[in-house]
Amino acid sequence: MSDYRVLPGPEHFLPPAAASMGIRLPNPGEAHINGVITSEEAAYEEAARQFLMAKVPTIFPGPLVLWAWNEKAAKKATAIRHLFNTLKECVQPGQKPMLIPMPDYRPKYPKINPEVEINPNHPNLTIWHNKIDCCIFVGVHCHQANLSLKIIRGGTSCYTIAMCAQAGHEDAMLSIRDTSVEKIMRLADTIKRLKGTVQPRLASAN
Amino acid sequence: MSKERIQISEALYDIMPSDYQDLVKSATYGKEDRGWKDIGTSKELIEQHSLCAGCPESMAFRYILASLPNPEDTVMVGSTGCTSLVFPMVAVHNIHSLFGNQNAIASGLKRALSVRFPDRVKDVVVLAGDGATVDIGLDMTLQAWFRQEKFTTICFDNELYANTGGQESGLMQKGFVAKMAPVGKLFDKVRLPEIARESGCHYVVNCTVSKPSLVEKVIRNAVHIAREIGPTYLQLYTPCILEIGKNSMEGLQEMRDSEKPSERFAYKEYVSEPAKQLLTELAAKDKERKAAAKQLAAQAQAN
Repeated sequence: MSDYRVLPGPEHFLPPAAASMGIRLPNPGEAHINGVITSEEAAYEEAARQFLMAKVPTIFPGPLVLWAWNEKAAKKATAIRHLFNTLKECVQPGQKPMLIPMPDYRPKYPKINPEVEINPNHPNLTIWHNKIDCCIFVGVHCHQANLSLKIIRGGTSCYTIAMCAQAGHEDAMLSIRDTSVEKIMRLADTIKRLKGTVQPRLASAN
Repeated sequence: MSKERIQISEALYDIMPSDYQDLVKSATYGKEDRGWKDIGTSKELIEQHSLCAGCPESMAFRYILASLPNPEDTVMVGSTGCTSLVFPMVAVHNIHSLFGNQNAIASGLKRALSVRFPDRVKDVVVLAGDGATVDIGLDMTLQAWFRQEKFTTICFDNELYANTGGQESGLMQKGFVAKMAPVGKLFDKVRLPEIARESGCHYVVNCTVSKPSLVEKVIRNAVHIAREIGPTYLQLYTPCILEIGKNSMEGLQEMRDSEKPSERFAYKEYVSEPAKQLLTELAAKDKERKAAAKQLAAQAQAN
């Protein structure tokens, strides 16, 4: 097992891929936190805690859910909306949950408007602009998610969570694999359950 | 991808940036007789571009994207150059290939799409500059034509390497002096339209992009012929106004001057016999469709 830990950055301009540092992906039924394999249940708890602690907890839905290319995608989109609504209900005054789309992967530089979208080729712009300190990727193709997660880890202090429909992401600080509608709803339920038990880091945030 | 799949999930519709909402609401995906006249009344498939002000290439892009007969099922293959600055803003699937490899990539892509989607029409259109088509990628360009690959090759001919400061290209005219070619071109402009014809292209056109209706016609012809018969080639003059010392507003006039009968971009067209037959059939079908639509409209008015 590697001693390397996938922690919020800024790590440096070109952080190593976590896989190259010995971090492995979770097996089915598992998740990882900071690169350490854990149970899914622990990951839901930690993800919910991070969201409830954050000043600007943000959901980044990707093209796989933004576009209704099949019925399942549309259902996941509805679940993500539910997750966002739950988050809004559960945060405390001063916290500002956001839902910012990643509509596609075109490197639209320099046209990107960080207020309304995130682009995988320069995700740091959206993170910096909105002062996002915790985010979740859902519905982003794996290659683009890995690219973004590395850039975010390299240049920002944002805590990253990846809900992946495949095998998870080592480059996120927390990752849940085989994401389904049920798993998104489960995260929303966990956030609801932990409401009021987590102290937001508003006072200590700069 | 097909038009039915270009829909935003209802639950997240409100957070999508407006340009994506507009694309779904008012772009001309799936419209049978789409063309340059849709520009201004529908959402274009090109967003803002990063080309120079007044660049004729941007005009060409707008006309081509407005004229593709089947944009939702088209994949464009680009190469290094000014065009590669535009593709990120284009709402048609596209691939950026290594410099010069575009026709090789398109060959594999077209074959793969035919296997993956045997019952659906998938068009492949290569769009590259003269450096990629005629100099660095000439091997790949010609071999694709020799093999009768069924896709369209469009060359944006600006007669030099504009993106890197004005070096000499094979399509530069003889005697031309550029910033990075101070001696002047010693050889004639490569006669690629003639080479294309001899290499097996079924439809070859050499023209400028000064007339949108003409660009629309040649694009539609080239894509339809490539889809049914074999390779097609369009060489479109898109002068680099910076490198030839013109101002932003002078691009259009430059093209008009270059398409006069004695000039190098006088309209030139070659159509093979099978392609001629196909175009005749398509024209007849089009006429029939328009007549039927007219009749329906008249009936509706009478009722």
